[in-house]
Amino acid sequence: MYVAVKGGEQAIDNAHKLLAEDRRGNPEHPELTLEQISEQMAYAVDRVMTEGSLYDRELAALAIKQARGDLVEAIFLLRAYRTTLPRLAVTEAIKTGEMAVERRISATYKDLPGGQILGPTFDYTHRLLDFKLAAEGEAPAPAERVDSAPDATMPRVSDFLNNEDLIELELPDSDETEVPDLTRAPLDFPADRATRLQNLARGDEGFLMALGYSTQRGYGRTHPFAGEIRMGAVAVEVVPEELGFAIQIGEITVTECEMVNQFKGSATSLPQFTRGYGLGFGHCERKTMAMALVDRSLRAQELGEDADAPAQDPEFVLYHSDNVEASGFVQHLKLPHYVDFQSELETVRTLRSEQMATLTKKAAE
Amino acid sequence: MNPQQETTLSGYNFAYLDEQTKRMIRRAILKAVAIPGYQVPFGSREMPLPYGWGTGGIQVTAAIIGAQDILKVIDQGADDTTNAVSIRKFFARTTGVETTDKTARATVIQTRHRIPEKPLTENQILVYQVPTPEPLRWLEPRETETRRMHALEEYGVMHVKLYEDIAQYGRISTSYDYPVQVNDRYIMAPSPIPKFDNPKMNEMPALQLFGAGREKRIYAIPPYTTVKSLDFDDHPFEVQAWDHSCALCGADDSFLDEVVVDNMGSRMFVCSDSDFCSERREAGHQSDGLPQVVVAQAAE
Amino acid sequence: MTTLRHPLMQVRDLSKMYGARTGCRDIDFDLYPGEVLGIVGESGSGKTTLLNCLSARLEPTSGSVIYQDRTGADIDIYQASESRRRLLMRTDWGVVHQNPKDGLRMRVSAGANVGERLMAVGQRHYGDIRETATDWLGRVEIAEDRVDDKPLTFSGGMQQRLQIARNLVSGPRLVFMDEPTGGLDVSVQARLLDLLRRLVTDLGLSAVLVTHDLAVVRLLAHRLMVMHQGQVVEQGLTDQVLDDPQHAYTQLLVSSVLQP
Repeated sequence: MYVAVKGGEQAIDNAHKLLAEDRRGNPEHPELTLEQISEQMAYAVDRVMTEGSLYDRELAALAIKQARGDLVEAIFLLRAYRTTLPRLAVTEAIKTGEMAVERRISATYKDLPGGQILGPTFDYTHRLLDFKLAAEGEAPAPAERVDSAPDATMPRVSDFLNNEDLIELELPDSDETEVPDLTRAPLDFPADRATRLQNLARGDEGFLMALGYSTQRGYGRTHPFAGEIRMGAVAVEVVPEELGFAIQIGEITVTECEMVNQFKGSATSLPQFTRGYGLGFGHCERKTMAMALVDRSLRAQELGEDADAPAQDPEFVLYHSDNVEASGFVQHLKLPHYVDFQSELETVRTLRSEQMATLTKKAAE
Repeated sequence: MNPQQETTLSGYNFAYLDEQTKRMIRRAILKAVAIPGYQVPFGSREMPLPYGWGTGGIQVTAAIIGAQDILKVIDQGADDTTNAVSIRKFFARTTGVETTDKTARATVIQTRHRIPEKPLTENQILVYQVPTPEPLRWLEPRETETRRMHALEEYGVMHVKLYEDIAQYGRISTSYDYPVQVNDRYIMAPSPIPKFDNPKMNEMPALQLFGAGREKRIYAIPPYTTVKSLDFDDHPFEVQAWDHSCALCGADDSFLDEVVVDNMGSRMFVCSDSDFCSERREAGHQSDGLPQVVVAQAAE
Repeated sequence: MTTLRHPLMQVRDLSKMYGARTGCRDIDFDLYPGEVLGIVGESGSGKTTLLNCLSARLEPTSGSVIYQDRTGADIDIYQASESRRRLLMRTDWGVVHQNPKDGLRMRVSAGANVGERLMAVGQRHYGDIRETATDWLGRVEIAEDRVDDKPLTFSGGMQQRLQIARNLVSGPRLVFMDEPTGGLDVSVQARLLDLLRRLVTDLGLSAVLVTHDLAVVRLLAHRLMVMHQGQVVEQGLTDQVLDDPQHAYTQLLVSSVLQP
């Protein structure tokens, strides 16, 4: 007797074993350590931390190792772990103006207080495969570090535009409003800017980059200038209830991008530049620049601009930015759909036979 | 299923979610029960299973399951499809509750795409996994607009879709996820169950809960609630019927899966509800187990 | 037109500001049952803003719009609940957009486009809905065998006529029209105007018609309002205003039209 073939527990167990074996690859080669991933695949770790919404280099490295280098899968692993973590405290807002800057560039000023600091960047490398790296190379000669160590804080470009009142003020919606948490409350529309930024920070880098790019190509142009991009370590502080004042609990590296955009003015208000903002964990310039472009585009309605491009449509952007959601739903098409397909099959057969009967009848007449 | 308990997962709370999260989900469920068919937004969590694979149903089940419950998980009507196995294992590991494939024994049944053939009772809860909770979504992509349409009961556009079907095909061609009106008020997506199952939702003694994880919505049909499939007076709602009966148990009143058995396209029809089918066979119902549609070798 | 009748719509001190810019300002008028009111002016004069405020699609900054419903009750449109407003919009009122794409569902059949309002108010008999839709296609001079075709396959004039049928099927009492002959060829315009005039007369409809085309109002409108920079500069019976304009701007408008 024929028995309908369906999946089984055994099949799943075996698939998992095979996966583990494949992940390890040829055991003759040494196994990757988390330190190696964290140190030598640092940008992958940064991306997984940013989109996984969890700053932990070691766990991100573990996720990358477990996901065999599939970063979207690694982000998923980190997110699923993050759900289970208790909320111990909410930190104070980080102060990027007081960042220990490793890289800081502005495309709007040739020189500026604190100077331009190129830092580690691919920007001016020639993209030639370096075959020396294929052989196990020796440690590269140390780079000369100018002890620029800015003694004081390095003001942000937006701060001195602000001093002249040339850029819109950026104030929180209200002191009282709690910062929204998209991992606790569902997205609701209209979404305020804090919610949108949170969504974009967690959003897929590729998706945001394509959207940002589309604005540059004319689908909702915003006339952006990269006012400033800075990367470096900032202090993380909390105010324990017992103490009532802020104490530093650690340090994280972040990348921040502030776009200076299309100015706006009216009969009653003087023209001012507008802003787009991007922030991510670690060193993630492409992501934060794209985020800043999209953030500004999503403000089209608020700023009274036409809003007909995809990047200006909050529902379109915010509902489709999350790669854990997207990846799950795209891939769920692999799950069985026998029943639905069976239903469609029945419908198509019925329609065909009805039409066939009509045609035959017509032919007979 | 196997009463042999797997070692439960250490380091995680009972049913994975923390108690605050469960309370939040239960509040959403209570609201959903109070407003039948209304989609309640909830703070859907990121689960260790992918979105689109049942995270909504899993969170609902996690919020309502207790140590005394007996859980059944089905996908496409069957207990042994891969995703059903995976979800059942997840709960076995995180709760240690007893699992079963017997519809009658289960107190909580999580399902994807089917309602069991055996009528459910007041002592059972049916939890549906829902990919797209919004029945108006294919006609109006904007959430802000669809919420307004629900609030104002502006449902004319649903019938536009059905009208188009009839104008184009002579009949309503929607065959699954067939929209229903609950308690004469909200239009609701029944999740992608075949329309064959729609009549079972009406006045069902069991509580029906629907969870959509990715879309972050929960909705419900309380026991004994009117559920009406949308239609026209002169084109009434009707369910699928087969020319065949189950090749294994001979049932002629259950939803049948079509199984292709050779390269020529010969096929046989068997019950999609595996427990229903095996129970019937145990009770002595039988069929010959042969393909009902045999396609002969084509002449060269 | 007798002033003893109760107005169908009363508009009082209606203004709409866009920030510091004026959309329309201090608009006051009554519209009586069976009356067709034309609003003319150059583009940017505020006539479309005014039309949108009248038809509950754009909340005014100040002022009121009061509509007398079928039961004789006066409804303050912007004080009424949204559900009441939307019900009016799909039963008592119609809106004919300049661009048919804004007023039609381009991807569903002509029959469904016309039938939608019937289904929205609860009609559930496919055969009846289809029959009514087919009948209306005939009344707007669209061949009955096009009932299952999508508007995408229609000419501009046919789309516009379909839009009119879609609005009139529910037996509205008041229709708002925004440049209904806007994007059409001259010969097609004439046919559409002729059709509109006949329907308005036969059905005893009231209408508010926005256009920059004086020939259109001459043919359709009983009464005329001339708008300039957001304000009404002159109003009166159509022929009177066009033949003997008092305000300098109206004079300019009338003299700029080529006389036959």
